[in-house]
Amino acid sequence: MRHVSRRTVLAGAALTAGLANGLARPAIAQAAPLKVGMMLPFSGTYAALGENIAAAFELMLAESGGKFGGRPVTLVRLDDESDPAKAPANANRLVERDNVDVLLGTVHSGVVMALVQAAREHEVPLIIPNAGNVAATRELCSPPVFRSSFSNWQPAYGMGRVLAARGVKKAAWVTWDYAAGKESGDGFRDGLRAGGAELTHTLTLPFPETNFQPILAQLGGLGVEVVGAFFAGGGAIQFVKDYAASGLRDKIPLCGSGFLTEGVLKPQGAAANGIQTALHYGDGLDNPKNTAFRAAFKTKTSRDADVYAVHGYDAGQMLAAGLTATKGDATATQALAAGILAATIDSPRGPFKLSASHNPIQTMWLREARDGQNKVIGTAVEALADPGTGCKMAGA
Amino acid sequence: MLTGLIAQLLNGVQYGLLLFLISSGLTLIFGVMGVINLAHGSLFMIGAYLAFAVASATGVFWLALPAAVAGGVVLGALLERVLFRQFRTRPHLDQVLLTFALILLFEEARSALLGNEFHSVPVPSALDFSVPVIGGFGYSAYRLAVLVICLAVAGAMVWLIERTRIGSAIRAAAENTEMLDLLGLDAGRVHTFVFAGGTALAMLAGALAAPLQSVYPGMGDGFLILSFIVVVIGGLGSVAGAFWAALLVGLIDTLGKAYVPQAAGIAVCAMMAAVLLWRPTGLFGRG
Amino acid sequence: MIVASRTGQCVLGGAALAIASMPLWASAWHMQLASTALVGALFALSLQVLVGATGLVSLAQAGFFGLGAYAVQLLGSPPIWVTLPVAVVAAGLAALLIGPLALRTRGFFFLMTTLAFGQMLFFAFHDTPLGGGTDGVFIQRPFLGFAISRTARPAVFLLLNLGVLVAVYAGLCGLMRTMLGHALQGIRSNENRMAALGHDVQRLKLIAFVLAGALAGLAGHMAALTDGFVSPDLLGWHRSAEALLMILLGGIGALHGPILGAFALTAIQEAGTLVTDRPRLVEGVVFLAAVLFLRHGLAGWRR
Repeated sequence: MRHVSRRTVLAGAALTAGLANGLARPAIAQAAPLKVGMMLPFSGTYAALGENIAAAFELMLAESGGKFGGRPVTLVRLDDESDPAKAPANANRLVERDNVDVLLGTVHSGVVMALVQAAREHEVPLIIPNAGNVAATRELCSPPVFRSSFSNWQPAYGMGRVLAARGVKKAAWVTWDYAAGKESGDGFRDGLRAGGAELTHTLTLPFPETNFQPILAQLGGLGVEVVGAFFAGGGAIQFVKDYAASGLRDKIPLCGSGFLTEGVLKPQGAAANGIQTALHYGDGLDNPKNTAFRAAFKTKTSRDADVYAVHGYDAGQMLAAGLTATKGDATATQALAAGILAATIDSPRGPFKLSASHNPIQTMWLREARDGQNKVIGTAVEALADPGTGCKMAGA
Repeated sequence: MLTGLIAQLLNGVQYGLLLFLISSGLTLIFGVMGVINLAHGSLFMIGAYLAFAVASATGVFWLALPAAVAGGVVLGALLERVLFRQFRTRPHLDQVLLTFALILLFEEARSALLGNEFHSVPVPSALDFSVPVIGGFGYSAYRLAVLVICLAVAGAMVWLIERTRIGSAIRAAAENTEMLDLLGLDAGRVHTFVFAGGTALAMLAGALAAPLQSVYPGMGDGFLILSFIVVVIGGLGSVAGAFWAALLVGLIDTLGKAYVPQAAGIAVCAMMAAVLLWRPTGLFGRG
Repeated sequence: MIVASRTGQCVLGGAALAIASMPLWASAWHMQLASTALVGALFALSLQVLVGATGLVSLAQAGFFGLGAYAVQLLGSPPIWVTLPVAVVAAGLAALLIGPLALRTRGFFFLMTTLAFGQMLFFAFHDTPLGGGTDGVFIQRPFLGFAISRTARPAVFLLLNLGVLVAVYAGLCGLMRTMLGHALQGIRSNENRMAALGHDVQRLKLIAFVLAGALAGLAGHMAALTDGFVSPDLLGWHRSAEALLMILLGGIGALHGPILGAFALTAIQEAGTLVTDRPRLVEGVVFLAAVLFLRHGLAGWRR
């Protein structure tokens, strides 16, 4: 693995563009380095997530000797600032200026749409290592677009199923008024319904507002048995703390999509104890892959691995599987997709395969927050696939 | 339903008072110096991060409040002496761009020094309980404490401005800069005092808010817009105007979010439009 | 407000020709970058009608810009001869509604009021399902009258954006020479004198505000077409501040200042991505340097 400076990339790109202007993509010399464009948030709210995804991807690359499918890999980093308005330009910057062969990104679900667009238009393979907006693997699914993480629908569906199986009849959902919150809410509703329960209330506030008092004051009077929630980052910290402080916790249990307690347990402190969530990863998952991954990640970064790091690591594994099938040719979209779909990804979360719409079919673990850990206490749903509604791709 | 409404009203008042701490500094800086400071929201954020740093280093949250005030005085005086002093006579455009540059640079400095992580500041343990209000509804003791502290600060400001020598200088300066010379006062010192004080108030508000809403990048952005609206509604340079306008905005924003979440942002702006139609110089502004 | 001299106009014309020839020699990426700068120039030029010509510093401009962009999305992408006029008229109408309220205030109050109204437009798209929500949506690009292949697109949009900018700039040059143009500049230098001379200052200001809003809508429309994407962030006040920076960089006293400033800022930002991972730091330093050292902008370099 080799980090090229941006300057070299630009000089090279300008030269190639000058020579190849108007011509088709030049034939690939198999020994030439494969360029992976990492468009991730390295500043702003999601910077910590971006760093973990990038570090884990680099870890996976180093483990495979700096090569995927026999080709040495160079990485081009680009900070997307989680700014959707700059996203189309940033995606083009990687594809057209830096001439990357593969795209990796990103966290923000608005920004990822620009990457999906670029991947579809230029037929550059894209692996989404976090953003869970369902559209990317439903109506906007596309042969070169893959996801190593989850769809927003999946974790909340798992939680809904668990509640219904316990005999809960009525539940409420609290979230930010944006796509991720709404799509999680749909999953929660579908999960509850599958077990004969009902989602009776949905309360929202604008993203990324953290003044939860107006909402908390309403929850007590709704007559629901459980409150489910989707928040992440600072919103998750504050919601869990405010929920406990309002005294609601002893009357109506709080549960949610796993992101409610993911990576934020330390600041949430005792307020999070006992909160159950569903997610495709958790603490204490006892498989050799997970143990080895966590140790290696800790050695590399001196941070503890989290679900975001797992997404980055598995993005590397998926890309490796695809490129092995095409012997390093990233332009052979069909063969690359076939290679990725055929592979069973040996993930720290447990092995998974991709669905026909290119989203992981994965087990949702039921976790309980206790003493700073999201301990896995059971299985919420095994081998859960996103419905992939509206995906019109051959084979899907 | 009724207990819910009481809780919402309490929340609105508490939110409004916090807003007052931020906008009173802003309105005084406008009124006295004629300087627009778009980076005021960033000062709020810096106060919150400082509170986090102090609270986690010492384990005592209460130390964060004097630290925020002291830090605000130093930072504010520095900013006024080094930058804002030269920009008093510059066009608005230059002031907007200067303070926008400060927003970007403050964010970068925070990112480099303290990282981008979300931090939570625990509510001080002495106040970590619920006070029963009507109908068995509990209200956080810390929120009540914030309410009391804000009211005390507001009282102190009124006393300072109405009853002290520096207060009369501030009133004179807000009226007319030449008045200071007539009264034999040093305009430069009054300006430094006001800017340092305004900065300290914004940072104190940030420190008080830290246990309420966590500490995160860009946390001051929402407050900036709302405090501008407060200044417009209250009237330029009027602390009393800022007080009543802040309560009004706090209540409308909170009640709006509770009962019509999608219209809350617009409702506050619409109220500002209504006030402008009726009194273009704000409720307490001079014509 | 200075309209460029004959020599100056020739230099600008030469630059326009150089840009127009880019499809012959430049890469797709560089054409897209030039398109970004052209749209930025158009947006900053719309704001210059207020700032440079009339002396009003508004922070609501991005709201009108975003409105023009969202017009394409809300209409469901009919052909461009529908979207373009609708975008311009919608943004102009919004300015006509907001203008009379905002113009009741002056100075700082005007700044703050326009900031609040701009954010109100932002909230309308950010907090409600209107326009597809917080994250933004991709749009079908309107039909331009002929089919465009993907490879030809950067060149086509480059020429289109260039054409619109040249037309708007020429129009404004003409406007500055009319009675209306002179009256607006009179307000900038001394509002009270203009009122004493019997001009209806409020009405003149409103005309400038609506014209600026409509042109910002045009810029937003072109941005939506170029990117094929709209998001609420297009309406955020940060974008108004960026346009102000373009004006200051290029020169507040010259009509062509915003064009120079837009190209300078785009170039600086692009160069910034080559040397650092911290685009905001670059932007902050540029802002600070411009406001501290570049009082007359690039257009006033020789003075």
